Amino acid sequence: MGDLPLNVLLLSSAVKILVIAHLLIIGVMAMIWAERRVSGWMQDRLGPNRVGFQGILQPIADGIKFLLKEDLIPNHVDKPLYVLAPAMLLIPAMITVAVVPFGSAIEIAGYTIPMQIAPGLNIGVLYILAITSLGVYGVVLGAWASNNKYSLLGGLRSSAQMISYELTLGLAIIGVLMLSSSLRLEDIAKEQGAYPWQWNFLIHLPAFLAFTTAMFAETNRLPFDLAEAEQELVAGYHTEYSSMKFAMFFMAEYMNMIVGSAVTVTLFLGGWHFFGLENVGGPVWSGLISFAIFFAKTALFLFIFIWVRWTLPRFRYDQLMNLGWKFLLPVALSSIVVTGLLWVTTDGNRLIIGIGNVVVAFIVVAVVGGLLVMNKVPEASGPKIAGLDELESEVS
Amino acid sequence: MNPEQVLFFVFGLIALAGAISVISFRHPIYSALALIITFFAQAGLFVLLGAHFVAAAQVIVYAGAIMVLFLFVIMLLNLGRRDPGSAAGRGKWKGIAVILGILFAAEGIYIAVNALSDNTAVASAQPAAESVTTYDIGTLLFSKYLLPFEVTSLILLAALIGVIVLVKRERPRTISRIRISITRD
Repeated sequence: MGDLPLNVLLLSSAVKILVIAHLLIIGVMAMIWAERRVSGWMQDRLGPNRVGFQGILQPIADGIKFLLKEDLIPNHVDKPLYVLAPAMLLIPAMITVAVVPFGSAIEIAGYTIPMQIAPGLNIGVLYILAITSLGVYGVVLGAWASNNKYSLLGGLRSSAQMISYELTLGLAIIGVLMLSSSLRLEDIAKEQGAYPWQWNFLIHLPAFLAFTTAMFAETNRLPFDLAEAEQELVAGYHTEYSSMKFAMFFMAEYMNMIVGSAVTVTLFLGGWHFFGLENVGGPVWSGLISFAIFFAKTALFLFIFIWVRWTLPRFRYDQLMNLGWKFLLPVALSSIVVTGLLWVTTDGNRLIIGIGNVVVAFIVVAVVGGLLVMNKVPEASGPKIAGLDELESEVS
Repeated sequence: MNPEQVLFFVFGLIALAGAISVISFRHPIYSALALIITFFAQAGLFVLLGAHFVAAAQVIVYAGAIMVLFLFVIMLLNLGRRDPGSAAGRGKWKGIAVILGILFAAEGIYIAVNALSDNTAVASAQPAAESVTTYDIGTLLFSKYLLPFEVTSLILLAALIGVIVLVKRERPRTISRIRISITRD
């Protein structure tokens, strides 16, 4: 922002960075507590409720436990990479948040300060895609450096999954970018109106669903947590990790969830808009209210994360790849074509674009599903019978 | 020195250190990581030039996609810490390396001398006054450079199809039918 004096710019940036970084870490703690309590509630049990009111201090107790545990580094690991890997997962998760607008703007002492760490970055969305694509290194290197078969298998699964779903993640937002004609996240948030039916998730419903699903996969959450399928892989890529390094993997996962939710809220759920409530009060209050609205929306989306976790069972690996490549990717591609075509032909009529997107997505899913059923090779499923290959060669 | 020049030297030094590390690490995984660091420093230099889009593309394409594939290949082929060939083989490579090194150094010196003697080159190396936006790049791609853009996408598509054709094993239909009948019995 060129219109702010340098000292105001530096001070406001420092305050924003401090507040947001701490909010992220407190958010991680809140998520750990919420996950355990909500999952307890969903499974009709209590969950941790002893430390502090309703167990709210449990994450702190967990943190102390992690810090006091012995920081064990096994002898067979590749030491530098083993130590580096958790940080390589955590840092991308933290710095993605720099371009997310947390509210409209706040006016303090005559200066209008945008509620965003890096406002006006003209590649906002690309920055997010670039940084999230780096998270895969932490997983791959952690898995490889552990020098453990289970870790390596988990890491390979996870990275294949992240690379596959990254494509959907990127393609699904192109329709949104077309309508807002900007890559800046604050423009995308501003462009969506005050009311829910003006938000992008209705205009781009198939893209929104594809994006959300891809984000679940990117964050390695159930139903996509094949990387840590306990029955098959012990714990996946962090099998060999203990104490605070293990905790860092988990912090990165929760931080990815929080940042992912914030990005989804910005791109699809109207950002800080909510029935015009964000404009109530003076320039100071409206800024704070918009921040609160954004916070509440993000929290709601995080609740959905937990909800899904305890609702859906884990995918099998081939199901995961089929879903990603054969359903989500075509749907995301169709949303680009449809949005582009209808934007030009109907002069940007949101209603027609929204309906067109849904209709075409249905057709795409039906066609792909039909093709899959028709081309289904029966031998792919079902148990293999010993000696069948010899029999086959004899017959042919 | 203004802040931009300081940042230029910081990123430049990181890029150089990364590039040297790529060839000096014994283990291929570490070399790959050093290359990623170099890409990052280059992205930083692009940002200093005001080319935000190029910087993002650099990170997305090279650091985020291509180097992951490199890492996969290194890991799956299990290229461990090993000697770089026999002494005789090393001698053969040394000759080629010296020739290429001399050529490269000559190029570098030529460019440096030219740039130092010519003030316009230095002026053009200054950070751009206004950053090139994604909008500008998009407009250029779909107007002036439309044909190269489409041809490039066709080449990439051909490569994709080629890979699928090479990798996919098409089983004769008859065998799968026979197998159904066998498994049913």
